Amino acid sequence: MSEQALAPVSSGNSPKFSGGPTTSGASKTRSSKWIANQRKLAPWLFLAPGVVMFLVYVIAPIGQSLWISLYEWDGIGVKTFISIANYIELIDDEAFYTALYNNVLWLVLYMLAVPAGLLIAIFLNQTVTGIRIYKSLFFFPFVISQIVVGLIFSWFYAPNFGLFTKLLEFMGMEGIAILADERFVTYGIIVAGLWPQIAYCMILYLTGLNNVSPDQIEAARLDGAKGWKMLWYVIIPQLRPATFIAVVVTIIGALRSFDLVSIMTSGGPYGSSRVLSYYMYEQALSEYGFRMGYGAAIAVVLFAIMMVFITLFIVRMLKDEREGY
Amino acid sequence: MFPTPVANASAPTRVAYKVALPISLVVWLLPLIGVMVTSIRPGSDLAMGNYFGVPSSFELGNYLTVFQNTPMGLFIMNSFKVTIPTVIGAVALSCLTGYALATYKFKTNLWLFFMFVAGNFVPFQILMVPVRDLTLKMGLYDTVTGLVLFHVAFQTGFCTLFMRNFIKALPSELIEAARVEGVSELRIFWFVVLPLMRPAIAALSVLIFTFIWNDFFWATVLVQGTHAMPVTGGIISLNGQWVAQWHLVSAGSVVAAMPPVIMFFLMQKHFIAGLTLGATKG
Repeated sequence: MSEQALAPVSSGNSPKFSGGPTTSGASKTRSSKWIANQRKLAPWLFLAPGVVMFLVYVIAPIGQSLWISLYEWDGIGVKTFISIANYIELIDDEAFYTALYNNVLWLVLYMLAVPAGLLIAIFLNQTVTGIRIYKSLFFFPFVISQIVVGLIFSWFYAPNFGLFTKLLEFMGMEGIAILADERFVTYGIIVAGLWPQIAYCMILYLTGLNNVSPDQIEAARLDGAKGWKMLWYVIIPQLRPATFIAVVVTIIGALRSFDLVSIMTSGGPYGSSRVLSYYMYEQALSEYGFRMGYGAAIAVVLFAIMMVFITLFIVRMLKDEREGY
Repeated sequence: MFPTPVANASAPTRVAYKVALPISLVVWLLPLIGVMVTSIRPGSDLAMGNYFGVPSSFELGNYLTVFQNTPMGLFIMNSFKVTIPTVIGAVALSCLTGYALATYKFKTNLWLFFMFVAGNFVPFQILMVPVRDLTLKMGLYDTVTGLVLFHVAFQTGFCTLFMRNFIKALPSELIEAARVEGVSELRIFWFVVLPLMRPAIAALSVLIFTFIWNDFFWATVLVQGTHAMPVTGGIISLNGQWVAQWHLVSAGSVVAAMPPVIMFFLMQKHFIAGLTLGATKG
């Protein structure tokens, strides 16, 4: 639509630009003053709507959450200031530690998506006929909503008839109800989460591999580099931008894990698969109670963990900007 | 090219590769294939324990049941009502912010940019209580509008990052030349820069469409009833309703996943360009 709308207008207006210099001297100084001011003012006009929305919905709420975490509040009634009592309660809250531990588990195991994505990318980086379709089908899990991924894996893990149980039985083992077993439940959910995440990393690396310098590969080949050596010393260093993004999105994905826990187990059995994001939601909004202050305190902890990674990311971006990439 | 093209490899390797490709794909998509087959299976198959064999009949009726017996149509409608305005809003706002941050030099430029970037990575839970409260106070709780407003604001962060880097990579001579000609800033944006941003707009639109369509968290936080619930939230309630009726759950899942999947296959080039922006930089 914009294509058609723009073209005639722009050609219709271009004569006006060339007509500019013929205006009288007086109006010219006024207009040049306006142009000078305009250049100062313009960025703020362009920024205003986006910045206002972002301040209202993202930046201010962070501050508000920090503030709410110092109160006892059910979301409707009066807020009671209780200082750091919510945080002190966290220290003795076993459910909190379970969630924290699971978050660490998510972070560590989710990182497997990066090398796994690289391996699949290397496997698919060929020029056989039909390879493009293979690439898109391998990428498929990322396009599907996590809710659907969760449902798919709940079905996959279902005791008695699930595909996973059948596979175990086929290999002569006894079936396990993964999602009902405290020992395995978090691992089971993480595997479900890895599925789309590996696809994401794969696509990043496929693009990266596409841009690896052929000269360097040739040079390394002449020097006798092959296979793993080539990968490690020649290819991976060149894939650094892709690796960086893959690591960043994987960390964020791990800490944001909520949908899968929610759909697959609701944090169960007995809260053993909770992560901080889910525990926070439970405390603040679900049937377990409307403890907004306590929920906010959990969110602050999660935010603090994320802030470490955000800071590292910003520092690296700042370095790039200074070097003027 | 790495690894060495199989075309240059020995004949057995070539054959092995061509055999390995489809097998690995089937293994990779096994859970998905299972669900798709289940979605066309008659319920009686599941009752008789025929979970993995050939379906005894192709039961497209499962899909009909999903639409007839549940508000699935409404959920899908709501998802479109949330997703499309969000895409338009977030992309429009970020065209403006991205342009401002990419082409003007002012003191706070980099800090504003970092604000958008950092905000984009924040965990949702730190925003949850205040955003829900704000939406309640505005009388927009449990409405599509309330959800759209939040999504637009939040997605502006990611979109600004994207747009700013895209415009920054455009040749600055174009803008300089227009300024020398005395073209107003607004006209430069509209007639010079915006037409060049079409690929970025396309890429962002597909990405945001997928992100928002697949959002579940905010749908549960800001919406309660059926009337404004997007499909991700809706399917959860259906899942509770259809205990052990996996043929219906599967059909519902396939329906819910369809729009972003179609979008992906139609706009694949843009989708991947958007997702991998920066993966090759440097």
